[in-house]
Amino acid sequence: MLIEQLINGITLGSIYAIVALGFTLVFGVLGIINMAHGEIFMFGAFIGVIVTSTFKGPLWLAFAAAILVTGIMGYLLERFALRPLRNKQGVSHLAPLISTIGVSILLENLSHHLFGAGNHPFNNTFAEISFQIGSITVYLVQIVIFMISVILMYTLSYWLGKTKAGKALRATAENLETASLLGVDTKKTITMTVIIASAMGGIAGILVGMAFNSVTPQMGLSIGLKGLAIIILGGMGNVKGAMAGGLILGLAETFIVVYGNSGYRDAIAFAAIIVILLVRPQGLFGQKISA
Amino acid sequence: MLKVQGISTSYGKINVLKNISLEVEEGSIVTILGANGAGKSTTMKTICGLLKPQEGKVEFFGEDVTGRRPDQLVRTGIALVPEGRQILSGMTVLENLEMGAYHRKDNEIKHDIEKVMERFPILKERHQQLGGTLSGGQQQMLAIARALLSRPKLLLLDEPSMGLAPLVVADIFKIIKEINEAGTTVLLVEQNARQALRVSDYGYVLETGKIIAEGKSNDLLTDPRIMEAYLGRKSS
Ligand SMILES: Nc1ncnc2c1ncn2[C@@H]1O[C@H](COP(=O)(O)OP(=O)(O)OP(=O)(O)O)[C@@H](O)[C@H]1O
Ligand SMILES: [Mg+2]
Repeated sequence: MLIEQLINGITLGSIYAIVALGFTLVFGVLGIINMAHGEIFMFGAFIGVIVTSTFKGPLWLAFAAAILVTGIMGYLLERFALRPLRNKQGVSHLAPLISTIGVSILLENLSHHLFGAGNHPFNNTFAEISFQIGSITVYLVQIVIFMISVILMYTLSYWLGKTKAGKALRATAENLETASLLGVDTKKTITMTVIIASAMGGIAGILVGMAFNSVTPQMGLSIGLKGLAIIILGGMGNVKGAMAGGLILGLAETFIVVYGNSGYRDAIAFAAIIVILLVRPQGLFGQKISA
Repeated sequence: MLKVQGISTSYGKINVLKNISLEVEEGSIVTILGANGAGKSTTMKTICGLLKPQEGKVEFFGEDVTGRRPDQLVRTGIALVPEGRQILSGMTVLENLEMGAYHRKDNEIKHDIEKVMERFPILKERHQQLGGTLSGGQQQMLAIARALLSRPKLLLLDEPSMGLAPLVVADIFKIIKEINEAGTTVLLVEQNARQALRVSDYGYVLETGKIIAEGKSNDLLTDPRIMEAYLGRKSS
């Protein structure tokens, strides 16, 4: 029982971590919270539904389509909602935040229109496959989710830490002017970051679809707020913090449902933020973006 | 090699540079002197592309480069070591050096990093340490080394001696001289007027956004007006 819950918590937590990483990357280079990230995530989940349920396509195709579509959404977000507001005289520093809120509302309305308000099942051929280890039941889908998350996190860490493009991103995140003096095309780096972050949101969307077998237009808001909670918990713009924060929140939510009161499940994230902000205002790993 | 012709630069409505012209000959060291707020950094930022002038133009090897971005200008051979060094504090010393060679595609980068670390042994010793944990003097060495790794033809140095102990300052000026002797042209902004003029060939004096005097460094060093205003009376 305990171990099963632990597995549930880690599965959920690794999805949260992926969502939070998307927030963290964008916060790192642009210094803003991308309030549209949750809705981009939700679109990723719907692409998954369309590919697997409507067209009975394979899972890998769902991932590929979600990455493509959410990546393009990220590009459009940066190009039309964020870039025009940058370095403009007299534009409030809150303007980009408001702009992403606008985009999030637009996307939610659009998804109602495109997909309808109801709950959409996620057709997953191996959703019911499970195996027993002693008295413990493990679902294959949980292992797949966990593996994908770990691979994604590892790849991202490696990319940020070891590749030229990753280092350019970190330099841009730390100091835009310095990065450009060193030869980094910061405009390109920012666009690339928003695209990568959005595609990660899309992947997370499919993972949630696989895990809970349910996708709705409203899921963006709740996961968006949780992602926000996680990056405050982990330290704004901090990659390790986003991963650790995601796992902590996933485990906390799982255990509160099992051993506490499931009614408080969604309140956990925000209770955690308040406590953390009181004890450690910079977050658990608070510092600038680093590998 | 560098020709600045009548540039005027503003921050919003505040006009800071008023019709500045200056020239840097290939192989030379040129110094810009001026009090705090005179517009020295603004001049440097305009040359390297961080700021765009409202008027005038910047020519590099006869080519009009006005309005190009800094990342484009690094590729044509202009590198700035900004005021306050601007080390990437969350990246290691080695990563800072690698970022210096960011735009390069040749296969001598590793070799150049080795060479630069031999020139600055402290950077070799601390290469795994985060840039932000270096002392001020070490950070200045790192900033210069990093800029050199872009293989600049023209190196812009904005107050490299700022906030450093006299011995380290002397070291910095020695390094500037060596860099120049190795073939890099240098445009230097300094408050340390006497030492700057001693290493340089030509100097400009900036006051509230205008050039009020210019001349061979030796002449400026013996000009009573300049001495009084920027070198302190008691000079030799
Ligand atoms: N970002 C900015 N916005 C508005 N005004 C600025 C900005 N940066 C500089 N200034 C103003 O422009 C003028 C020139 O500044 P600049 O930094 O070029 O001076 P400086 O000669 O480099 O001085 P210092 O020796 O103190 O470095 C100053 O009056 C300063 O207040
Ligand atoms: Mg200055």
